[in-house]
Amino acid sequence: MTIQQISVFLENRAGQLAEITSVLAKNNIDLRAIHIAETTDYGVLRIIADRAQDAANVLLNNGFILSMTPVVAAAVPDRPGGLAQLLAVLAQADMDIEYMYSMFGRGDGLAYMVFRVKDAEQLEAILRSHGVNPAAGADLGLN
Amino acid sequence: MERYYQPEIECASREQILAWQNERLVKQVQNVWDNVPYYRAKMEAKGLTPADIKGVEDLHKLPFVTKDDLREAYPYGLVARPLKDCVRIQSTSGTTGKRVVAFYTQHDIDLWEDCCARAIMAAGGTNEDVCQVSYGYGLFTGGPGLNGGSHKVGCLTIPTSSGNTERQIMFIRDLSATILCCTPSYAAYIGETMKEMGLTPDQIPLKAGIFGAEAWSEEMRQDIQNTLGIKAYDIYGLTELSGPGVSFECSEQTGMHINEDHFIAEIIDPDTGEVLPEGSQGELVFTSITKEAFPLLRYRTRDICVLSRKPCSCGRTHVKMCKPRGRSDDMLIIKGVNVFPSQIEAVLLEQGYAANYQIIVDRVNNTDTLEVQVEMTPEMFSDQLSAVADKEKQLVAALKAMLGIYAKVRLVAPKSIQRSEGKAVRVIDKRKI
Repeated sequence: MTIQQISVFLENRAGQLAEITSVLAKNNIDLRAIHIAETTDYGVLRIIADRAQDAANVLLNNGFILSMTPVVAAAVPDRPGGLAQLLAVLAQADMDIEYMYSMFGRGDGLAYMVFRVKDAEQLEAILRSHGVNPAAGADLGLN
Repeated sequence: MERYYQPEIECASREQILAWQNERLVKQVQNVWDNVPYYRAKMEAKGLTPADIKGVEDLHKLPFVTKDDLREAYPYGLVARPLKDCVRIQSTSGTTGKRVVAFYTQHDIDLWEDCCARAIMAAGGTNEDVCQVSYGYGLFTGGPGLNGGSHKVGCLTIPTSSGNTERQIMFIRDLSATILCCTPSYAAYIGETMKEMGLTPDQIPLKAGIFGAEAWSEEMRQDIQNTLGIKAYDIYGLTELSGPGVSFECSEQTGMHINEDHFIAEIIDPDTGEVLPEGSQGELVFTSITKEAFPLLRYRTRDICVLSRKPCSCGRTHVKMCKPRGRSDDMLIIKGVNVFPSQIEAVLLEQGYAANYQIIVDRVNNTDTLEVQVEMTPEMFSDQLSAVADKEKQLVAALKAMLGIYAKVRLVAPKSIQRSEGKAVRVIDKRKI
């Protein structure tokens, strides 16, 4: 099952990120993961929030430009080679990864990789066929 | 020693110049009355006939011609000769609404090239010189005008056109170019590049430069002169009137002599249209009295300027104009290229961006820079940075195609560009000229 990532346009200027996090805080939204890709002039802030739709509405109401993207999270075995093993599975299946980043699970002590791919369902099927269960919202502390 | 291309004209007595102007103006008014219905209608609207214009003292009676007229009459409405007699057009940059297309007979081109030849000889040029023309060639008048003038003087002409700075420098050095013609900002850039290459002024064969098509300061002149080890001369012109060579600097470097045998200059109050006395600052207005194909009567240049008839040590008797002190309309001259905010707006909208933008013009190391700040829209945004960057690149390419020069694009957050009540502040020009 996919989870919803929110991507926000970030102008490269002092205070932009503080503005976003503070409006989310005011609305009692918990950030579960955060990742930034940037050029010199602007960036894309990617967040996983506990209440994705609420977070998106709050940001839209505050004038931010954003998009919602389904992403897939998978637990990574916490040992040397854990990520390598997971990525080998994707490589074998010829699965292109647009980008990925890591996040913690909710109280289970596991690390997760979040994958953005063209076809999220296909990725889930591949993972399952190799005995890896895509993370559910609850695993990550999402409502 | 001062050199002249046409000394009998350039140093003619004031009486002689006035006699030429009177005779040619009367002829030109009759010409447009007979051949350009657009002019005839404008004159009739003011109750004028050619008989009312007996000489320069009656010039003020004639209606002005503005850029709006050129737009309205585009493309053939102001042409005074059958197209079979025309041999060329030149054009300013611009969207259809703003583009000016000027027509030339062979005679017009001859006279225009004479004017450019006067400028080259005033800068010390002779048939022993090697003249590199690094203005753009094509629709832009800079390259063709100076190229023709250089031929008339008999210089060995190197038509490099603009761009490819390494090649420019190679030709200057390998062929010992002595005169460089280009925009002042490009001259400064060529100078900087040569300096970086470790060349000192005495290793650079150039001795003079003829730089125009954009505003430049005395400080910039000093910089260029020091870096290249040359004397830098200003030249002025408008496509509407012919191109470069409407006026040019002499050895005194204290203003540009207007070629008064071809152009009558007036200074008016831009608000009332009233002619101002000599020495006043106001809008420069030109009447082209020898143009055959595209004559303009009382054309408002939008350039703010002062005229001076103080005798000049160079021996020329034609009136001098100061460097234009700004323009009264929205056109920007960036790196010698005319840029209208509306062109940028058209590209933004075409590419799917919002019309909320701001244009920042600056001058860094004597080179003009252009930055377009545009607000991000949901349509243009993506969670993938490469997709946003690709669209940005497309926008940069589309702007380059429209304007002919590079514009840096800066994507900014929505609503971050200040809104103003009434007329939007689209342009921030930080250049200090």
